[in-house]
Order: sequence, then C-alpha cells, then structure tokens
Amino acid sequence: MSTAEISKTMSATEVAKPVLPVLQDYAAIVGEPEILELRELARRLAGRRVKMVNSTAVGGGVAEILNRLVPLMEEVKVPTRWEVITGGEKFFHVTKAFHNALHGASYDGVPDWFETFLATNEENRRRMEFDEDFVVIHDPQPVALIAERPSGPQRWVWRCHIDLSNPNAHVWDFLRPWVDRYDASLFSSPQFTRGLRIPQYLFYPTIDPLADKNRELEPEFVRSVFEQFQIDPARPILTQISRFDRLKDPVGVIRAYRLVKRYEDCQLVLAGGSATDDPEGAAVLAEVEEAAAGDPDIHILNLPPWSHVEINALQRGSTIVIQKSLREGFGLTVSEALWKKKPVVASAVGGIPSQVIHKLTGMLVHSVEGTAYQIRFLLANPALARTLGENGYQHVKEHFLLTQNLRRYLVLFLILLQGD
Amino acid sequence: MAASYLIRIGAEPVYTLGDFASSLRNCPLASIFYHTFQSLEAHHYTAFSSDFAQWALAACNEAALAEQLAIVDLRDIVSLEDLRDILADIVRDYLKEHPQATDRRAFEAFYFCEAREVTVASGSPAWTLPELAEGIRHLGHQSLHYHFINSRLRLQLKTNDFSFWIEHSLHQPKLAARLNRIDFYNDTLDDLRQDVLAILGSQVSR
Repeated sequence: MSTAEISKTMSATEVAKPVLPVLQDYAAIVGEPEILELRELARRLAGRRVKMVNSTAVGGGVAEILNRLVPLMEEVKVPTRWEVITGGEKFFHVTKAFHNALHGASYDGVPDWFETFLATNEENRRRMEFDEDFVVIHDPQPVALIAERPSGPQRWVWRCHIDLSNPNAHVWDFLRPWVDRYDASLFSSPQFTRGLRIPQYLFYPTIDPLADKNRELEPEFVRSVFEQFQIDPARPILTQISRFDRLKDPVGVIRAYRLVKRYEDCQLVLAGGSATDDPEGAAVLAEVEEAAAGDPDIHILNLPPWSHVEINALQRGSTIVIQKSLREGFGLTVSEALWKKKPVVASAVGGIPSQVIHKLTGMLVHSVEGTAYQIRFLLANPALARTLGENGYQHVKEHFLLTQNLRRYLVLFLILLQGD
Repeated sequence: MAASYLIRIGAEPVYTLGDFASSLRNCPLASIFYHTFQSLEAHHYTAFSSDFAQWALAACNEAALAEQLAIVDLRDIVSLEDLRDILADIVRDYLKEHPQATDRRAFEAFYFCEAREVTVASGSPAWTLPELAEGIRHLGHQSLHYHFINSRLRLQLKTNDFSFWIEHSLHQPKLAARLNRIDFYNDTLDDLRQDVLAILGSQVSR
C-alpha cells in the first residue's frame, strides 16, 4: 500500500474524537490519593502562571506530552500557555543539524547557521510576551529566547529532552552560554547532563495512559486495523513505531528482521510519520522503502499525525515491539509498548535503559545481530516474553505516567519559589 | 502531610571505583541517604535495593562488592555519617584486595543525586489508631515514603513517623515496634501500605 493510499484510508477512518480526560479520570489508574495530593500541591501555586515553549505543535514526544500536560495544569488552576516558535526552512535545517550534532554526529555547518539560529530566536522573542511567573523552554531550538530576560522574580527553566552525553563540542559551546542563563535545567536521565552550574533535575518524560495512543482498545478494533493494513495476525509481528529518522535506524531494523526471518516466518511493521521540524523525514522514508523493496511481509506505514489510535492498535497486536535507535532522547515509544504489556527489544541508548531493565522489563541490545538474536529468543520463549511485558507495565505505572510529570512540574515550581 | 520529591543530579559523575570511593567520602549526606534509603522504592526488579550496589554490579561488574554494599542493614544505622563510613570502608577494603578494579572504567557513570522535598499539609489530623489507618489509606506513594522511610533521616534513622507517634502519643511501644519491623527492603510501597494497615487493623479489632 502506498503512502498516499494509507493517508487516504486513514482520513476515512471514523474515529470519534474523545473528550480530553480530566484529572479525576486518572484516579482509576494511579489511585485517588495521588490525585488529591496533586490538587493540594497545585493549591500552593494558586495565582502563578506558566509558559511552555517548544518548536513543533505536532509530531514527536515533546508535543505529545505538552498536549496532555497543559490541559491538566489548567485544570488544577495553574494557568499555562503553550507557544510554538516559528521559523523558516533554513532555521529548521540548522536546528536539525544541531540536534544530530548534540547527539554526537559530525557537524559541518557554517558560521551563517549560528546567525540564522539567533535571528529566528530573536524574531520569536519579539513576537512573544513573557510575563508569566515560570517560563519553560523545551530543547535547543528556542534556547536563546532567554536573551534580555526581564529582571524580577520570573524563573526560567530549560527542559532538555535529548541526550547530551556526547555532544559535538562546536555546537554545544555555542549553546551553553544560553543554557547557563537559566535558573534550572531538566534532563530525562542523569547520563544526559553536562555538569552545568545551574541546578540539574531528573525529569522522566511520561505517557498518557488515557490518550488515544495508550488507552484500552476493543480486540475487534485492533483486528480491523491489522486487516486494513493487510498484516496477517496469524504470524508473528515485529513492530517498530518511530518517525522516519536515521537515528531510529529503520534500515537496521529491516536487517535484523531479515536475520530473524531465516528462522521464523514473521512480518515487520515500520510505522511512523514525520515531525514538522524534521526536514529529513522524506529522504529517510525513501531509503527505508528501497531497503524493503520486494518483501510483502515488510509493511511501511507513513501515518498522518492524527493516527494515534491506529498506532495503539499496531502496538497491541504486535508480538514483539522493537526500538533499535542509534541515539535517543528518551524513547517514549518504549514506555508505550511496555504499558501495553508487550515484550520489548530495544537499544541500550539514551533513556531506554531507564525503561528497559535488561531481562527484567525487556531486552537491551547493541547491534543489528543482537536485536535479531533477542527477538528469536523471545519468540522461542513466550512465557518469559509475557513476564517481561507484565513487569514493564508495572515499571511504567510507577515512573512514566503523565500524572507524575504534572507532579514534578508542580514540585519544581514550588522549589524555585523557595529558592534552590 | 503530603510529600513530593524532585531529584537533583550532581554535577560531576564518576567513572571508576577509585573515583567512586573518593566521592563517597565527600558527597553530601543527602546523597548517601538518597542512594540507600530513598532508592528502596525504585528497585523492585533489580537484584539490589541500594543504588551503590546496583551500580557496582551492573556498571562495574563487581558482584562481590555489590553484595557487600547491599547487605548493610540500614535499620542498624543510627547516623548518616556512620553509614557513609561503613560504605566507604567497604569500597576501600575491596579495592585493596582487588587493585585492578580501581581504575577500570565502568560501563556507565555514577551520578550522585539527592532529593529535594516539598511537603504540604493535607487530610485531617489523626487522634486515634482508626484515624491513623484512614489517613494512611489516603496517602500518595511519595507521602507514604516520606512518613515511613524518609522519616528516618529526620528521626535520626531509628524509626518511622507512625511508630514514633504511636509510641509517644498513644503509649503503645509494642505496636510501634511491630510496625517498625516491617521489611521495607523488599516491599513495593503498595505492599508496605498493606502491611502497615494489616498491623493497625489487627490492633484495632482487638
């Protein structure tokens, strides 16, 4: 099925848009006491206002988190405004190069790129107003908005969602002076930090258990999605959900699948889309389609950004979920799969080891061959695969749900008010 | 009291057991507490409940050292300085016997962290055992942790908030001691809550 055909089919899918869950709806999952305490914490912040700024409204983990977090902040009466910076094609080309370089890739930008970056930040700074008590800037793209921060009690926080453990020095040296001007920084893992002078806090990213991507689905609906994409539910299904990005190594996943296929009659699903701030997506998709050419058991699904319920179904109906990233921020798709009690085979990069504890909540791997080896092992040991899935579910419930993210932000703001 | 925590990550990671031994002597006491007592709730799936032991095992592949760090019984400890000395001595002695492990680079760095705590008043005050049990039923996980585990820091590590109150306000030292014997090493916080409520329930029904 071509990408165009899939898009057409997906637009035609009748999925009623649910009303956004309210905080009380989470009591059934995390318990009533947690909800009561969240309300109590929020009461201590009464009258304080927050601004969140990032670089894309759709696609990617950050936008997804903010889409769910901001309404809950509003509900507990901590008014929160979410704004997205705008920029031209060149700006996002530069920030994509920054993103890759901060993840350790080489950087061949020219000095002009730094000027483009700063000019676009300046344009956005002039367009936006910053009169809230707390400003949370997500990731490097808008980091320079802090230029000329007003004096006063306002607190600025930099939320870094990416792995800074091995950044390209040229790019990091350019960005660091901006980061140093913030009051605090938030990282998804201790390993991602850079020894900043400002306080560094641990902020796990989280999933929303009631979002379309994670909520319970009827088995008939799951079956219908597999039917729609012509995937055979009777044979093992290996799935990687991620945008088409070289750092997610979709071609490596195809190579691992081919190694498994020598022993098991399985299928591979590579499903994802492209974020609006990722200009490389189309090129990577073409590479993946070329690598998969001629194999009817490889299903490449370039899904539109509103396909959450279909992605949910694909994860639920899969035998094993893979996340063979070369680099990761946190890799929330792993938590999504674990929440559905799926056995996961994932690379030991970025924040994935926080989610996958090897042989306890999933399998960690380091190569294409290792990925294939662990997939074969789990296919041959379904009881162990089930146990990993159960453990993974519990692990996510304890650490990686949206209500914990809300709690961390409320606590952070109270700590900033007290002065850390 | 409702409690919440945010984890502050230290600026300087350590990559070898030699550096770890030095940092253990010099890190804030809040880090010693965080990686021993506070980490108890985070390790249902791992072999050891202490972050130090888990790192020695998973990142340094020093299973014997990990075991020694893990078996220090936190309930025997009466000060964090003592705990620091015990742990640091274990590492020092181990490295004396295994000098080749001193400078070997770990698979991943160890980051000394500490928890920032925020508390807010919540719920109704308890005056009786049934009221205490009702309050515990409505405590969030982090608040339960605050009263049963983190309280040991405030109370010089000897007991928990519930036992302290039962002994000093209700004058029931035996019941206080029973609660304090709960094995919080191997419980999840939900298990811990059930254990506490079971003991209180058996007392109330007498």
